[in-house]
Amino acid sequence: MSQLRLLLPEIGRVAILSVQVARAFVRPPIEWRPLIYQIDHAGMRSWSITVLTAIFTGMVMALQFATGLEPYGASMYTGKLVALGIVRELGPVLTALLVGGRVGSGFAAELGSMAVTEQVDAIRALGADPVKKLVAPRVLACIIAIPLLTMLADLIGCFGGMIITTREVGVTPRFFYQQILDTLWVEDLIHGLAKSVFFGYAIGIVGCYVGINTTGGTEGVGQATTRSVVATAVTLLISNFLLTQLFLAIYG
Amino acid sequence: MDPIISFRGVKKAFGPKVVYEDATLDIYPGETLTIIGGSGTGKSVLLKMLIGLLRADAGSIVAFGQDVTKLREEQFLPVRKRVAMLFQSGALFDSLTVAQNIKYPLREHKWGTEAQMDQRVEEVLEMVGMPNAQSLKPAQLSGGMRKRLGLARAIAMAPEVILYDEPTTGLDPINIRRINGMILSLQERLNITSIVVTHDMDTVFTVSNRVAMLYERRIAFAGTTEEIRQSPHSYIQEFIAGGKGALEPDKPEL
Repeated sequence: MSQLRLLLPEIGRVAILSVQVARAFVRPPIEWRPLIYQIDHAGMRSWSITVLTAIFTGMVMALQFATGLEPYGASMYTGKLVALGIVRELGPVLTALLVGGRVGSGFAAELGSMAVTEQVDAIRALGADPVKKLVAPRVLACIIAIPLLTMLADLIGCFGGMIITTREVGVTPRFFYQQILDTLWVEDLIHGLAKSVFFGYAIGIVGCYVGINTTGGTEGVGQATTRSVVATAVTLLISNFLLTQLFLAIYG
Repeated sequence: MDPIISFRGVKKAFGPKVVYEDATLDIYPGETLTIIGGSGTGKSVLLKMLIGLLRADAGSIVAFGQDVTKLREEQFLPVRKRVAMLFQSGALFDSLTVAQNIKYPLREHKWGTEAQMDQRVEEVLEMVGMPNAQSLKPAQLSGGMRKRLGLARAIAMAPEVILYDEPTTGLDPINIRRINGMILSLQERLNITSIVVTHDMDTVFTVSNRVAMLYERRIAFAGTTEEIRQSPHSYIQEFIAGGKGALEPDKPEL
């Protein structure tokens, strides 16, 4: 109960920060240079970890479904399940978890170091806004980059599934591809990408929130980094459940 | 003469730790006032409350005729343009070069063209005795140079008041003398009002017109350097003499 009492004000402060970030987006000038730098730095440099995660996830799903469906003579439908699972769930979620761990902790460490060396205070003292300078570009970069990475993960995940399904079940790549086209609807793609947009926001805002509120010197930076990884993962997992419920209620 | 800045009955606590109970202090235009007091008593909190980096819990802080405790974050901009702060650690932006650090406030406030800003960077670097350092990164600078760069960045926008948070702490004697000299020359040449937080008594007696002592959560004393030397209060005398009382038991923590 006492944990909950500590958590609620934190959620409130994250919400306030979110509003400030939103205000920074709509109030020109938008700072393009840091935004592009962050998209490259946080987003595009995460492509390798995304590809690696996606291909092995697709392959292992195909293995499991191919074997699991075998007794029912349904293993030729492996492609349908793999595609649905990847695009709706595992693509967005695993990408967000992996990239979130990498990027969110990076934000927390970087902004945390700036906070404990008074650089965040200095930005304010020089008449600038740390939310606009530091937080907004990072959050926006994640909102842009995470869905892009998720699309990449969807593609690679299905490709991984195809490799294993053609080998284990003996269907042709063309058949697998056709199955994906028959199974997946635009709604499925939107479902996954809408989640990943939110995940991008969550990764950016949690990492930055933990970072700029860091106190306690070098030790504090270390703790902030660890805390951000846990907080990001928990936020992603819980919000994924809630968002999935919401989307299923909408699309059925 | 009316004070340019005045603190009236300021209260500030961090959780259970009360830093100020009823702090009252006036700063007059053109003077250099130093605030002394033991480490960890929150001297720099006073500076940070003035430019809104921290919020007072109660009381008023009037700067240029306006009570800043009522201001919202974005309303602090005019105050922060007129009052610059030199942070204890310098608070330089590590990722930027020396020139970019100085240009940061200039860019933010659209101070002028790129050429004018380059010119200004050169001027302020000259003032702090670091010519030709433009392209260095803060990590390449010594402790003294970092402080001076912090000062260069603080004076770039030509502020009326400069707040110094322990400007000489951790420096060698030559750099201490140089920083003290800069505080004096900024006052002489540009008529800048300064508030200096320090516990270096050399700095106190070199740069101050007046001294304020923080003791037991309030400004216990404020007066000229001469007055503080002749003050009958034992804790002030102990502090000036180098905190001899610090090792004695039953002394309240300074």
